[in-house]
Amino acid sequence: MKVIKHSFDGVIVGAGGAGLRAAIEAAPHMKLAVITKLYPTRSHTGAAQGGMSAALANVEEDNWNWHSFDTVKGSDYLADQPAVDILCKEAIDSVVELEHWGLPFSRLENGKIAQRRFGGHTVKEGEAPAFRACYAADRTGHMILQTLYQKCVSMGVTFFDEFQVLDIKIDDGVCKGVVAYEIATGDIHVFEARAVTFATGGFGKIYKVSSNAHSLTGDGPGILYQKGIPLEDMEFYQFHPTGIYRLGILLSEAARGEGGILRNKDGERFMERYAPSIKDLAPRDMVSRAIATEISEGNGAGPNNDFVYLDLTHLGAETIKQKLPDITDFVRTYVKIEPIDEPIPVQPTAHYAMGGIPTDVDARVLSDAKGTILPGVYSAGESACVSVHGANRLGTNSLLDIVVFGKRAGQSMVDYVSSTKPFSLSENAGEDLKNKINNFIEKEHDPNFSVPKIREELQDSMEENAKIFRSEESLTKQTKILSDLRERYQNVTISDKGKVFNTELLEAIELEYLLDMSDTTVASALERKESRGAHSRVDHIERDDSNWLKHSFAFKNGNSVKLDYKDVELGNYEPKERKY
Amino acid sequence: MDIKLRILRFNPETDRKGHWEEYNLEADPDERILDLLHKVKWFDDGSLAFRRSCAHGVCGSDAMVVNGENMLACQVLVKEVSNPIKIEPIRGLPVIKDLVVDMETFFESYKKVMPYLINEEEPGERERLQSPEDRDKFEDTTKCILCAACTTSCPVFWTADTYVGPAAIVNAHRFVFDSRDNASKQRLEILKDVNGAFRCRTAFNCTTACPRGIQVTKAIEDVKRETLTIN
Ligand SMILES: Cc1cc2nc3c(=O)[nH]c(=O)nc-3n(C[C@H](O)[C@H](O)[C@H](O)COP(=O)(O)OP(=O)(O)OC[C@H]3O[C@@H](n4cnc5c(N)ncnc54)[C@H](O)[C@@H]3O)c2cc1C
Ligand code: SF4
Ligand code: FES
Repeated sequence: MKVIKHSFDGVIVGAGGAGLRAAIEAAPHMKLAVITKLYPTRSHTGAAQGGMSAALANVEEDNWNWHSFDTVKGSDYLADQPAVDILCKEAIDSVVELEHWGLPFSRLENGKIAQRRFGGHTVKEGEAPAFRACYAADRTGHMILQTLYQKCVSMGVTFFDEFQVLDIKIDDGVCKGVVAYEIATGDIHVFEARAVTFATGGFGKIYKVSSNAHSLTGDGPGILYQKGIPLEDMEFYQFHPTGIYRLGILLSEAARGEGGILRNKDGERFMERYAPSIKDLAPRDMVSRAIATEISEGNGAGPNNDFVYLDLTHLGAETIKQKLPDITDFVRTYVKIEPIDEPIPVQPTAHYAMGGIPTDVDARVLSDAKGTILPGVYSAGESACVSVHGANRLGTNSLLDIVVFGKRAGQSMVDYVSSTKPFSLSENAGEDLKNKINNFIEKEHDPNFSVPKIREELQDSMEENAKIFRSEESLTKQTKILSDLRERYQNVTISDKGKVFNTELLEAIELEYLLDMSDTTVASALERKESRGAHSRVDHIERDDSNWLKHSFAFKNGNSVKLDYKDVELGNYEPKERKY
Repeated sequence: MDIKLRILRFNPETDRKGHWEEYNLEADPDERILDLLHKVKWFDDGSLAFRRSCAHGVCGSDAMVVNGENMLACQVLVKEVSNPIKIEPIRGLPVIKDLVVDMETFFESYKKVMPYLINEEEPGERERLQSPEDRDKFEDTTKCILCAACTTSCPVFWTADTYVGPAAIVNAHRFVFDSRDNASKQRLEILKDVNGAFRCRTAFNCTTACPRGIQVTKAIEDVKRETLTIN
């Protein structure tokens, strides 16, 4: 195994929206490398559909304070309010900047950026649904990813495509660089860098039915967690109400923003009972719970009563073609029905990690619940927890998060690099990874301990025990299952012993991150004895602000998890009961 | 149903050239071709190499030749292709391993056409305005996911990999017809070159291959026509 050494000031791990936005900020000021396990344009930001919110007020009166209010209320008051204010205030310039860089937004007749309605976004603090989501048909994420990549190409940013980062080097509490595996050759690359940003995206592959890509395995959070860095608010995982039945492929909330309606087996618009004022446009946690409740009460459709319908038939062919072309194509391709004429079978799908690597508003990674900063390490995008989404993210706020905090990560890298001198990182920095890989190569393959078997059991059991509704019983059961899976993982083996494109090896390493993400999710969920946002405990159904208005910090403690807590930063909005 | 899957395998560490391997699988007619590849990789031969990520036709990772035609493995269902199913890597790019090809020249060609908005004028504090009609002129070509299905289906590209290829021209089109861009002339100069748009022999393979339904040949024709308007 060859070990190749590189020297940079800064490294960004991940080339989705967050990583690319950070790169645009940092590249002019330092020797910078962007390392990505996928070609940048394959990142899952490209799958985002519906839109990106900003109070541009292009369609109707709006202001960023209302956006803040909605975000805080949507978060079930767990978001840190100063961070939310930054998100919503900087949203406006962020959208304009993307337009200036060429993003082809859909347009209004007067030539301004078009805006549509989305769940949980309202005018005047709850009066009516707001037209706030800026969009490009139903492929907004694709356009953001393309535009940011195009900007990077124009700037000549240095990319290491199909290199997977698998280790970070932190000496005496200071970041020295990262170690990556070159997928095409099997060589190990040591990247000396004093500023490192993790923008590795989510980890929706801990569940069986998911809107997430195969590549979303929590690498960034996993790498740091294994080094003793905590993960914040892991119990809050978002299930999107409308995944295509069984496949989990997402049908954007934009479908309901444009007027789509959810119906149960009797054709009833059941959301009228759960959220009388904004109905189908209630926040995702509520809609997903409503669907799960309909299903468990026998109101689901189909032979197993296990799905509901998303009805677009009244929208008309023209609106569907203009505004929802891609998602209706997914339905034609994968379900073989025509959404103009027939309602679509849907069920909640694992979608978005509110939790992740704890950071402050400048994307600086925190190493404990007291807020101690880990010098030189940053995170932004879905891998990070600022926290702006709290216990439940509003639709369109993630595409916003990746550009606002991606930019801030880039700025923080610049500040840090300009105020520090290069450190040196020795070539044997690659030893740990080399040993890990050699272990897999040398261990004889035993099909009983294969990666897919353990991963399948992990995903099935998480789906069963740690999904929308949870209880002490289901979570305790899952803790036991995870500890068994962890034990089996110690003996996991692979059959491919080659160097070139050995993706079996990479799947084996990624499986450990998936186990880490599951452990921290379940441990944090078991401990939190209340229901808030996406975390619903059937044995503790009320929100409990006197005990639980705080963020969880999950630390690795041998093979188990240790928890600590940090108070939520409040601001203009006092926690209130959440009604829509 | 029972499926016979034939895959063109090549491992540079052990093979001098590619060879076919056959796998017998149990599959549901509604499964994706990608699901079949996963079945082989996960439950039969872990060394099978292919790229994939999103699994629903939006990331552009898994273009391959299925029963002789370029497509995304995640976008085609078992019931839509005839059995046995033959799978090969896309053509005209060097094979790294099994279904994985070297994409470097593909991305180099893409970068040649300056695929980014160029407009030196001060944009002001708010968005530039663009009418829905102007926005519509390049709608089709914004959909490209750089999967290379078009370029690697092109007979001209097979014989001359110096040809920039359909995908690069599609991405030039996206900016040439954007009312906000000021550099169409430079891009069109590049595409007037011997390795540019006029190499296209309108075989239409690219349009058939495009998984995003982009009218690729039409885009190339638009660009050719526009090229004639400069100078
Ligand atoms: C189907 C779908 C639709 C969505 N729609 C919307 C929407 O309409 N509005 C909205 O606001 N949000 C939406 N979201 C959420 C939003 O798209 C994502 O949260 C966001 O795009 C994440 O961006 P990111 O940059 O953090 O990560 P990603 O775009 O996932 O990028 C991760 C990057 O990290 C790299 N990487 C990962 N691990 C490693 C490693 N070990 N080494 C090197 N590189 C690595 C990958 O190659 C990739 O480049 C949607 C999400 C999904 C799944
Ligand atoms: S034009 Fe179509 S086939 Fe060609 S690269 Fe783009 S998406 Fe793929
Ligand atoms: S896996 Fe993304 S396009 Fe097929």
